Amino acid sequence: MVDKFIEDKVTRVPLKKDGQEVKVDFNDLKSGGFIKQRQKDLFAVRLRCPGGRIDTKKLIEIAKIADKYSKKGVIHLSFRQSLEILYVDYKEFDSLVRDLEKIGQKVASCGPRVRVPTACGGCEYNPNGLTDTQQMAKMVDEKYFGTPCYHKFKISFSGCPIDCARTREMDLGFQGVVEPTWDEDTCTGCTICSKACKEDAIVSHPETGKPIYDPLKCIYCGDCIRACPTESWQAKRYGHFVRIGGKHGRHPREANEVANFIPNEKVPEVIEKTLEWYKINGKKGERIGKAIDRVGVESYTKFMESVFKSGEPVPTGKV
Amino acid sequence: MADIKADASLDLRGILCPINFVKTKLKLETMDVGQVLEVVLDDGEPIQNVPKSIKEEGHKIVEVKKEGEHFRLKIQKR
Repeated sequence: MVDKFIEDKVTRVPLKKDGQEVKVDFNDLKSGGFIKQRQKDLFAVRLRCPGGRIDTKKLIEIAKIADKYSKKGVIHLSFRQSLEILYVDYKEFDSLVRDLEKIGQKVASCGPRVRVPTACGGCEYNPNGLTDTQQMAKMVDEKYFGTPCYHKFKISFSGCPIDCARTREMDLGFQGVVEPTWDEDTCTGCTICSKACKEDAIVSHPETGKPIYDPLKCIYCGDCIRACPTESWQAKRYGHFVRIGGKHGRHPREANEVANFIPNEKVPEVIEKTLEWYKINGKKGERIGKAIDRVGVESYTKFMESVFKSGEPVPTGKV
Repeated sequence: MADIKADASLDLRGILCPINFVKTKLKLETMDVGQVLEVVLDDGEPIQNVPKSIKEEGHKIVEVKKEGEHFRLKIQKR
């Protein structure tokens, strides 16, 4: 099914142009960030913006380049946090890519490979953030962007259980969590934590006002820690809640929840091992969620056991 | 717990988020470091949100009392 690959469509373009010399660097097109538009000869060029964060100085330069190459003078903000320069003539690809290179801006991808990771603001500036999602997105982009797979492979990072980066809809999603721990001696029984907890995981003792904590209801958001006036609630450990096999599209599939409290330093191993499992168990044209449905989530969780042990595995991988 | 003397007081009952926090913040800005502001907050969203925001601004909540459907907080400016 050659038609599935955008870059293959592009390679045919010069053949249609009889006699006309066109400069298209196929190495640039391999990553596939050039998306055919409805209009003849025109393409959308998707830029690589991991986590949707761009330096302002670079953004100014991108704007200039977009203004130069977009026949309509427009950019689209993609659903995966990238900038897409619209209405670019394929004959100008080479020159566009060179201009982008000068400002250190790379082109993104389409097709069956690891895509540019998405991320929320994370703990750097968002008060709810528990993990440095931006740093993680940067790391994933540098290490795994473009890795060939059987189908597209989307990774995202949410900094907290509000899950703005929609980890439930990703092939592999990492959502920030914090495990709270409580110190009785410093607690004054003010009951604010039970008010702050939106999950009813903390109720206050009717007489002392001190918290009664139910870990089964806790979603590890850290509201109790942030609300506590006396620092009696503290962070015991931070980590990532891991979801696998989600997707949206025509046939959405909610991800399986497979591990909790995975530390930052184990995230690369989770990605590598997951891609390894996918390679062994997947099929061409099949998203990892479909492979999991076909092979069984236990096959995946068992394969991942060694790395998931760094946190808390969820062997049943419930949806 | 011994009552801590407040240098100023704000009744924020019936004031919605985030206006209640903004009023608290503005009041604290007029005060000196170490002084104590007393605020009265409704149960529900205000008590869920305002203490967190006060802590994020670096101030210290030194006393919390529940009085029926509202809370009396004492905040020390930092």
